[in-house]
Amino acid sequence: MTDNLTTLFSYAPQLWDGLKITFLLTAGGAAGALLIALVLGLAMASPYRWLGIPARIVVEFFRGTSLLVQLFWLFYVLPLLGANLDPLSCGIFALALNYGAYSAEVVRSSIAHVDRGQWEAATALSLSPVRMMRRIIFPQAWLLMIPSLATLLIQLLKGTAVVSFITLQDLTDRIDQLRQATGDTFFAYTVGLLLYFVLAWLLQVGMDALEHRAAVALGRREKSGRLRSVLSRRHRPKKEVLG
Amino acid sequence: MWDWSRAFDALPLLLKGFGNTLIATVGGTLIAVVLGLVIAILLRVLPRWINWLLKLAVAFVRNTPLVVQLLFIYFLFAKHPVLAGIPSLTLGLIIIGVHYSTYMSESYRAGIDSVPKGQWEAISALSLPPARAFRSIVLPQALRATVPSLGNYAVAMFKDTPFLFAIGVVELVTSAQQYGGRHFAYTEAFTLAGLIFLAASYPTSLLIRRLEKSLARY
Repeated sequence: MTDNLTTLFSYAPQLWDGLKITFLLTAGGAAGALLIALVLGLAMASPYRWLGIPARIVVEFFRGTSLLVQLFWLFYVLPLLGANLDPLSCGIFALALNYGAYSAEVVRSSIAHVDRGQWEAATALSLSPVRMMRRIIFPQAWLLMIPSLATLLIQLLKGTAVVSFITLQDLTDRIDQLRQATGDTFFAYTVGLLLYFVLAWLLQVGMDALEHRAAVALGRREKSGRLRSVLSRRHRPKKEVLG
Repeated sequence: MWDWSRAFDALPLLLKGFGNTLIATVGGTLIAVVLGLVIAILLRVLPRWINWLLKLAVAFVRNTPLVVQLLFIYFLFAKHPVLAGIPSLTLGLIIIGVHYSTYMSESYRAGIDSVPKGQWEAISALSLPPARAFRSIVLPQALRATVPSLGNYAVAMFKDTPFLFAIGVVELVTSAQQYGGRHFAYTEAFTLAGLIFLAASYPTSLLIRRLEKSLARY
């Protein structure tokens, strides 16, 4: 056991490098997925069929074909078509497309679930469609979508582990190197699983804080005396109360 | 760029790999459906401190990557004289089943919670034996709310079976990769693999959506 710990400490820089790759994939994938989800989700929620139907096709396509197929397609097929992406970009694109498609459905259904009275009131006040979406509908839909987006974010983190199949030295790959260095599968993989577990927990805490902020911004929850709301109070301008 | 003869040549091999994909999905689903229910029931009946441990274990399995879990068990068993003999497909479907049982237990829990309070009160008013009451009164109602969600997880599991690549199971994507590498026909092999996934998963999710609507109307 002490041998294992010594190896672990000497191996810490490599694990850190792996963590950085995993972090880059998660952050890049999540940012891309959010962008794709907002564009496709708004298109699907729009009343225009020429926008909604193509968006629906794209979403079903990327949801229906597996993540690994998409990753391998970007990695193996794209170079044959003359576009070379480095493995990290392949990973980020695959994650963004796959989880973006799943999240788009969340965005669409959250917008659809905003109380009808809110739509009617905004229309009665003759707000322009853009203003109505930006100021009235979206802030409320955002609160509804955060819990589902949090689940998807953790699934995205777990999904990053497949990039070790396309030569990237992410956390999963480094853990396997640790297994080879220590010769102790149980030790190396327990460390690895714990690291992923902590990462997932941190993401969950972050998303909970985001949900709290969104609820406070809508005036649906009191600002609590906790640190995060103390921090956000200082930086956020006062917003009008909805709902 | 796209060679039809290559595509037709690859198809039998891909379908053979798809057979393993289906075995893993069906086997994994059976395990997850049963184990998920067992976990959901245990979480209701166990004393608090064991409950806490079980919850932690479920969260641990759910929030860590399937790929890492597969590699972990695979390497752990590789040195064992008896366990090393388990075929990797069997091992893979058990692990994927256990992984998804942590998701499904949550669906069961939500389903059981959705049973109206009056039903529970009626059960105790009639002083029905608990096991019998659970089986014939609570569970049938809970399943209405649970089945579509179980179906969605089965489809998600189906799309996660390519992760068995990690432990050398020759399923659809692995056979596509092998064919692509051997004949330098990645375009045809991976495109077909994706289309096969789409052709199987899209109609299934449409069916689940219809089922959801018809079950919600009662």
